[in-house]
Amino acid sequence: MGSGIVSYGVYVPRYRIYPKDIGRIWGQDGAAMGKALNINAKSVPAPDEDAATIAVMAARRTLLRVDVDPQEIGAIFVGSESHPYAVKPTASIVSEAIGAAPHLTAADLEFACKAGTVGMQACLGLINSSNKNIPIDYALAIGSDTSQGAPGNALEYSASAGGVAFLLGHEKVIADIELTMSYTTDTPDFWRREGMKYPSHGERFTGKPAYFKHIQETAEKMMRSMGTGPQDYEYAVFHQPNGKFPITIGKKLGFKMEQIETGLITPYIGNTYSASMMIGLANILDKAKPGDRILAVSYGSGAGSDGFHIVVKDEIERFARERSPLVMEEISHGIPIDYSIYVKFRDKIKMEGE
Amino acid sequence: MGVARYWRQQDQRYNLGGSKCTICNREFFPSRTMCPICHRRSLGKMEKYHFKGFGKVTSFTVVHDPAPGYRSQVPYILATIELEEGDLVLGQIVDCPPSEVEIGSDVEMVFRKLSEEGKSGTIQYGYKFRLK
Repeated sequence: MGSGIVSYGVYVPRYRIYPKDIGRIWGQDGAAMGKALNINAKSVPAPDEDAATIAVMAARRTLLRVDVDPQEIGAIFVGSESHPYAVKPTASIVSEAIGAAPHLTAADLEFACKAGTVGMQACLGLINSSNKNIPIDYALAIGSDTSQGAPGNALEYSASAGGVAFLLGHEKVIADIELTMSYTTDTPDFWRREGMKYPSHGERFTGKPAYFKHIQETAEKMMRSMGTGPQDYEYAVFHQPNGKFPITIGKKLGFKMEQIETGLITPYIGNTYSASMMIGLANILDKAKPGDRILAVSYGSGAGSDGFHIVVKDEIERFARERSPLVMEEISHGIPIDYSIYVKFRDKIKMEGE
Repeated sequence: MGVARYWRQQDQRYNLGGSKCTICNREFFPSRTMCPICHRRSLGKMEKYHFKGFGKVTSFTVVHDPAPGYRSQVPYILATIELEEGDLVLGQIVDCPPSEVEIGSDVEMVFRKLSEEGKSGTIQYGYKFRLK
């Protein structure tokens, strides 16, 4: 029996800031920076949004598309680097808010930008080992973030907010996950110490030995294992810290632009961290047809990659996509804000009594 | 409000959890233990009901003098919303300027942060609305 994606849902905050408005504050050519990064705008959460509210919205939209009783969900994992609490799970808030509590297991995951795909693997493991001792038929993996870059840092152009949920199971599967593999090393390319508000990164070190190496190793091992080559996939999607890296790695692996472009969402909304590759995958599923093959590889600093070989099934023709916003609809509702509103929304102003 | 009081209201705030009279089929928000139409006959016959979260604005005001914790959202919109099922609920309308809201506007429930007990306390979540 195959296992894979039963449903998915996406949520992206409405507010947008543009590179030129960030650059203007720090004496940089923001428009040129945006062009170099291939980021036209980034999403900004409202003051009353955080990784938990975004996760809940994505999860609710996932469940709207299928007739699965939330009480049948046996596990929820929420991957994020911006969980609102240091101690107290986001996953329990999601469980309650979607009506899945109390008979399930739930936990938060953290692995920079790949915590959501680790959740997908954990869910697959539980589902594939489902029996009378581990009776889990459906599991929910969520990637959700409201990531922050330090003011004036290059990350400020890309660190954005968004979330995506994938419901995994055995029945009503719209896309089989036929193989998942990972590649993990202790590579300190990006980090944030406990209690620190902003992350640090190793400048150019984040590229070659980190992002490119991990994704390449994962993708090549996956294709060797499946006996496939780039020409065997309709779509390929990679983690997107900016709009440039995924195109570079895609081409290096032998993929053509028409295989990569559908999964490229960072140019419109920035890097949604734990949701980044998964939103690209959601956009592919918005358009995919039965038989399409997808290679999806995430990347999380610190460092690791998770790869997925996905085959779209006939069930996608009966899937009620229209019950929730498609990715391109969801990201089309941008409300522009300037840098001063942005610093207020992102809690960067020290208020009286703080 | 203390942590326990918020916790007791979670179903109401997270999921518009109310009640339904199984005799006359009317829904109520917030939850009631007795139906105001069927009175004593409804005792023990009220069941839990989760409102779908869709409705129309029946009236609204724009708040310029904010409640504690809402300083960064000024000006914000508070509205009475008639839910599809018929009940009225008071809620904030987010993600739009006041000029875009009208009486009769269609809205849908969203899940947002309502308040927090300072930087070290708990965060309270619940329903707000935005234009459809």
